[in-house]
Amino acid sequence: MKLQKIYEDNRHVWRLVVIMALWMVFMALTKPKKFYTFNNFQTIASQFPEFGLMSLGVMLCMMTGGIDLSCVGMANITAIISAMWMIKLGGEAGVVSSVYFPLIFALAIVIGALVGLFNGFLIAKIRIPPILATLGVNELLSGISIAMTDGAAVSSFPKEFTNAVSSSIGGVLPVRLLVFIVCTIVVWFMLERTTYGTKLRLLGTSEKVALYSGLNTNGLLLRTYMSSGILSALGGLMMLATYASARADYGSQYTLQSILIVVLGGVSPNGGKGKISGVVLAIILLKMFESGINRFQNVSSYYISLIWGGVLILAMVLDYFSGKGSERKIRSAS
Amino acid sequence: MQKSLKKLVGRSELYIFLIVLALCVLIQLRSGQFFTGNNLVDIASAMIVPGMFAIGEFMVIISGGFDVSFPALASLSAYATTKLLLDQNYTGGVWLPILISLCIGAILGAFNGLFVGYFNLNAMIVTLGASSVFKGFMQGTLNSKQLAVIPSGMKAFGTSALFTSTNPVSGLSSRMPVPFIAFVVVLAAAWFLLNKTYFGRGIYAIGGNPASAKAAGFNVKRTKFLMFVIVGMISAVAGLIRVCMMQQCHPTNMLGMEMNIIAGVVLGGTAIAGGAGSLTGCMLGTLLIVIVENSMILIGVPTTWKNVFVGALIVLGTGVSAYQVIRANRAADKARTITKEAA
Repeated sequence: MKLQKIYEDNRHVWRLVVIMALWMVFMALTKPKKFYTFNNFQTIASQFPEFGLMSLGVMLCMMTGGIDLSCVGMANITAIISAMWMIKLGGEAGVVSSVYFPLIFALAIVIGALVGLFNGFLIAKIRIPPILATLGVNELLSGISIAMTDGAAVSSFPKEFTNAVSSSIGGVLPVRLLVFIVCTIVVWFMLERTTYGTKLRLLGTSEKVALYSGLNTNGLLLRTYMSSGILSALGGLMMLATYASARADYGSQYTLQSILIVVLGGVSPNGGKGKISGVVLAIILLKMFESGINRFQNVSSYYISLIWGGVLILAMVLDYFSGKGSERKIRSAS
Repeated sequence: MQKSLKKLVGRSELYIFLIVLALCVLIQLRSGQFFTGNNLVDIASAMIVPGMFAIGEFMVIISGGFDVSFPALASLSAYATTKLLLDQNYTGGVWLPILISLCIGAILGAFNGLFVGYFNLNAMIVTLGASSVFKGFMQGTLNSKQLAVIPSGMKAFGTSALFTSTNPVSGLSSRMPVPFIAFVVVLAAAWFLLNKTYFGRGIYAIGGNPASAKAAGFNVKRTKFLMFVIVGMISAVAGLIRVCMMQQCHPTNMLGMEMNIIAGVVLGGTAIAGGAGSLTGCMLGTLLIVIVENSMILIGVPTTWKNVFVGALIVLGTGVSAYQVIRANRAADKARTITKEAA
């Protein structure tokens, strides 16, 4: 009985675990030597943080019933500003000492917080629907990025920072993964160990009820979009480290990808529901799929997009049927 | 007279029309090149494809959803049609390509419609997934590459002119392409469908409130399904027209258009939650985006600043209309308290 309850509470998570297990078995049967290598897993672990961080931000916004489409624009502008700042500090071929590394992170957090607050302001105060507000802000951010760089890539800047971030601690733990883990723990703590998470879910379930319960809904929205902005900005630093350059149109596929991840992870697009464990699993699963399919030389990597879209729709259809099932149960019980 | 004037002032189409007009006058004053025959023809021809996409998107937004799959849908159907006909060495007229793409569009639209209509899933997420599926199918299964040649009939359709307009000062001339007729036909058909048929009123009713639409006797599931089929067909034809006009088939260069189209539709005063909006506003909003994308260069704004303007436009435009809603609500609240106090 208790086991059943645990299963029911985490249906999305279990489904993802099963899919991942099946995929691992499939890879073990077909390409064990190419997939199960330390290097491959390390690559996976150092590549998913960039869109993983953005997905965490989108998750928070989606829990309130909103969405954040500005994550990629935020990431790119952060990367560009950071790169330009490094040029200023050390010159195009110069050196930036490691003293500045925390400052670069701080700069990213400030940019993310400010733009996120702007998103939150548009949504909470002016009451623009989140999808439009963040869409407009994304266009604005990418426009400013293009205007700042003339659309070209910024790649000649001191590389000490990107080298440090793309390295691994002790050759085992990638720094980017560490950043992701820290952020995940912070977001988990916010959602599960403070009242913020409960308030957020109430707001997502019904804004009216939240307001009448005496919650400061505007403040909550501002805080949520600010957090999302910070996470995306940090994702931008990770992208800067991966590409060792910054450009206004990098990672444009991540907008849709992060929404896919969040929905697959069990967050309801209508708000109110969702668990961070599901989203983190979905992030890792996506990268595993991608990396696994890349091991098959004769399979076009474009099939990833087909599979991913199919899995998303399938997951929603499954939800539809199981949702109907539980509805029936409630009805027959009453 | 006064009443109709008041009605006009209350509508968001008027504001968007004034903004378009102001922008046109501004460009005219700065460059003297806006109200010239060839520039107007250029804008009209740049309007064809976004305009058709906007009509489809407008229907979906009216019904209370979002369609982000139309660029992928249009790319896939246009690519499949062109490739199929090239392989058959087709040399006939443009009617067959249009027919084929209509069929493909209907099938792909039905894919969306099945999940949104009959399974009642969130339209934006479904079309997001569908867009990913279409793209994967096109690039993976069909192994799409850029096609530098297109069948002669399609090329003739895309390049022949209704009339040409030449600028006496610069000597530049612009052709009004024949596909403009297709755009006008689709626009007229959509207007008739949305305003004069039971089905079209059903789309508005569903967007307003699905439960009451059902109670009023509309078949919600079937209406949504058919609507997505129609939107798929419109998008597919728009994709084909784009290929005809560009005289080559580039499988991916339509992707990413969805955000600007949505922005145009919403700028035109379409309610984001569905149920309200007019095709006039939708076209004006799209026109605004098209003008910003095409004519900023005339007033000396470098093209690199284009996105900044589009973004600012979305934020400002939606901000103003959202702010009006708050003010209207506040006024209604105030009126209510006053009547309460009087009672």
